Parts: sequence; C-alpha cells; structure tokens
Amino acid sequence: MSNIWALAYKELRAYFLSPIGYVVLAGFLLITGFMFWNMLAQFSRFVAIYSSMQRPDMMQQMNLNDMVITPLLGNVTVVFILIMPLVTMRLFAEERARGTDELLLTSPISTLEITFGKFLGAACFLFVLLGLFFIYPLVLIYFGDPELPRIFTGYLGLLLIGLSAIALGLFTSTLTDSQIVAGVLAGGLLLMLLLISWPADAVGEPFGAVLRYLSITEHSSDLNRGLVKAEDIIYYLSLIAIGLFLSQRSLESLRWR
Amino acid sequence: MIEVEQLTKFYGRHAAIRNVSFTAARGEILGFLGPNGSGKTTTMRILTGYMPATSGTARVAGFDVFEESKEVRKRVGYLPENPPLYPEFTPRAYLDFVAAINGVARADRRAAVDRALEATAISDVASLPISTLSRGYKQRVAIAQAIVHEPEVIVLDEPTIGLDPKQVISVRKLIKSLASDRTVILSTHILPEVTQLCDRVVIISRGQIVADDTTDSLTATEDLEQVFLRVTTSDVTEDEAAADEHVEAAADEADRDVAEDNESTDDDDEASPTNDNGGGK
Repeated sequence: MSNIWALAYKELRAYFLSPIGYVVLAGFLLITGFMFWNMLAQFSRFVAIYSSMQRPDMMQQMNLNDMVITPLLGNVTVVFILIMPLVTMRLFAEERARGTDELLLTSPISTLEITFGKFLGAACFLFVLLGLFFIYPLVLIYFGDPELPRIFTGYLGLLLIGLSAIALGLFTSTLTDSQIVAGVLAGGLLLMLLLISWPADAVGEPFGAVLRYLSITEHSSDLNRGLVKAEDIIYYLSLIAIGLFLSQRSLESLRWR
Repeated sequence: MIEVEQLTKFYGRHAAIRNVSFTAARGEILGFLGPNGSGKTTTMRILTGYMPATSGTARVAGFDVFEESKEVRKRVGYLPENPPLYPEFTPRAYLDFVAAINGVARADRRAAVDRALEATAISDVASLPISTLSRGYKQRVAIAQAIVHEPEVIVLDEPTIGLDPKQVISVRKLIKSLASDRTVILSTHILPEVTQLCDRVVIISRGQIVADDTTDSLTATEDLEQVFLRVTTSDVTEDEAAADEHVEAAADEADRDVAEDNESTDDDDEASPTNDNGGGK
C-alpha cells in the first residue's frame, strides 16, 4: 500500500515539475471559462428580454441549472475526451522511453501496485482539475440560487468519465514507448466510445440499445440531470476495471518480451 | 550469495545466453566481462528480476529469481547501463522515491538518502533538477539509486562511464567499501578497473561463459587484456556458436525449405536478424 502512495505521489509531482500539468490546467480552464461565460451571457440576455416583456411566467422557467450548469457539464465531457489523453499518455510510455521502467520492474513493487499507483497519481491530478473547475458553480452559488444536488451529481458524472479515461489511457500508455502513439490511441478509443451511439437509431433495436449503453456520454447525461442510476455507475466502474486489468496484464507482459 | 545454474535466455529463436553458470560469495566483487552484445545485460536483467530466463535457475541471497522474485528485488540494487533517472526531479526527491518503493520506512528515508548522497559525493547538487546536472553527476545519482536501500547484492553495469578521472577513483573506492559485507557484480569494459577491484572474473562471449577464475590466477602469466582477447576471439567458441545457430535455424526451417539447410554456416550467421542484438533489448 505504501508503494502505491509513493508512486502516486511521484506521478502527481511529475505533473507539476514539467509544463504538462500547468498547460493542461490552463488550457482546460480557458476553454471551460469561455463556455461558462458564453452560457451565462446567453442566460442574462434571456432574463433581460423576458423581464422587459413583463412575462413572469417565462421568468419562472428561467433556471440556472437547466440553462447554464447542465449544458456546461455536458460540453465539458467532450473537452475531457480531448484533454485526458494528454494527462495519461506519459504515464508509462515516458517510463519506457527513459528506461526507468527497468527501475520500477526491478524494485520490490508489483505490477498491480504500479497500475494502482499510476492510476491514483493521475486521479489526484483530475481532482485538482475538477477542484479548480468548481470556481464556476461557486460563482453561480454566490450570485444565484442553483440546485446544489444536481451540481454534485453532474460532477460525479465528470469524475467517473475522467477516471474511466485515465484507466483506458493508462492501458494505451503501457503499449508503447511513444507518448504520441499512446495519446492518439487513448483519444481514438475515447472518441469511439463517444460516437458509438450515433447509429443507434438507424440500426434499430435491440442493437441500438446496446450501442447506446456503450456510449460514454449517454451515462453522464442522466447524472447531469440529477439522476443517479446504478446502471450508469456500473458502466463507468466496469470501464475503470477493464482499463486497470488490461494495464496490469500489459505491464506484466513487458517482462516476457 | 549468487548462484547461477545453466541459465539460458532465448529472444525468439536467438539465444542471448546459453547455459550460463557461475557463483559469487558475500564480500566478493565479481568482474563480469564480455564484448558488447555477448549477453551481459541479459544475465544481469535476469538476476535483478527484470525478466525471467527461458531455462535454468538463479538464486540471489538464497531466493529464486523467478519463484521469489519480490524477495530478490528487495535485496538487489541495480544500476542499468542507461541511468534510470527522472530528469525533472531533484536527486533528493528521486532518491526518496527509489527508497520508498524499495521499502525503506518513511522515518528512515531521509537518513538513507543523505547516506547515499554522501557516499556518491552529490550532496552539493541534491536540490537541483537532475536535468541540469552534468554527465558525471547524473551517473553518480544513478549509482546512489542502486545503494540507497542498502541492498545485499549490487549489480552495476558500467558504473564509471562518463566520469572524470577523479570521480572514477572515488567511485572505485565506493565500490570497494560497499563490498565489505555485500556482493557486487561489476560489468565494465575498463579492464584495469577489473584488476584493481575484482576478486574474481567471469568472461562471457556469444552468450557462453568462456572464463571463470580468480583475478590473480587469470592474470598470473599474461595481463587481463590478453586473456580477454584470447577467450573472446578463440576459434573454437566461434565455430561452436556458428554450429549452434545453424542447427537451430535448420530445425526451424526444415519443413519450409529443406534446400536451405545446405547453406554454409557463415551465411546462416549473417542471416539471423537478431544476431547482433545480444543484450540490447
């Protein structure tokens, strides 16, 4: 267990000792900040229009959750799919390129501990990222009156998507000593999981339901609307488990090459 | 401390090492010599638990490197030929991490790191990023990494590479002092270093042990350079190796193309694509 923490701590430090951590955080906050500002501006414009039209009924329907937070979190899931590969691509590909995998694999630390340590390190980075991203809801809470539980379930969805992306990205990072290849593979995999439900209506049932179930964003939209369903949680937990399992197998296979 | 018996490792159908056997006792510095690509790195990687052998056994500190790999890895410090450094870390943070994953308790870690920094004379750069250090410092950080957890067995692959003469002398002193109650396997191409430091010498060529004796008796009638050249270029060994390769290749290709069996052994030797990669991968 202490091995896992030692490795996780090393990974988290590595993000902030090289530019990658700052670049990812700054880029993410810039893009999401732009989205947030855009949605908020839209919201204010509608409020101004309806109040000038003296329409209290329409004003009743104006809701920060529906008009700002839910669409923002929905868009951020897509941003996640773009940036999480940048976070995970270095996890093992960098060790292999530097020859430090030889250090890890000759230390008394098991491949399972390496897998969990790496996963936890990247997960801590994700916590930092989500923590900073919480500025936007804080602004709304300060100036408005959004429903808190829905914000939290939306965040839970983001967290689960992020952890799934880390587990899958960790796996692709064990496959190669090139960070670029690892990143492209992770991005491709995540994009495929995003697109997979698109032909759902065209192929008809029951395959459509299967494709919809496999889609990574389908499951977060429920959470984003405030619905916590077991099937959604189970979907993300299975993605994480599959990613971690494949990573450990892949690491173990390095010894046999 | 180290007992290696009939160790063989195949990469595909190319044998990197074949029936390698030797032993090393506690307190001994064993010189492990051989031309590039002769199987030194492969042997060391098996001894340090990096990868398993195809056949044969190796015991380090009484533990089997395959069956009890973790126990072996706890007791071995390893300096690979490419220093395994994290350039963005400082030597102190790096050594702290290496000590942690090698099971040094949090309370003892600072003392262990200080000891390793001092032993390798890098205390003055302990707080600078490794990427900014000179080659000699980087090499010594890598040596510090191999000894920070005070292992019983230390495997060093070319430890003095990239060091200036003064640093070479201090690293040799360090190795000598380490060996008092441990076992050190020292792989190097600098033969005077071996005569100075090593109690015993094992020479490997084309994956097979061609000499295994005390330094004194090996160098009794000729110097180590002559011994090295004689045993690594001897015709007998080359023929044996070529014949072995031929048999192997023939066995593999027998059902595909019988005619190719009649090719000369020399051609076979050259045709094997992995032939030169000995310990590379």
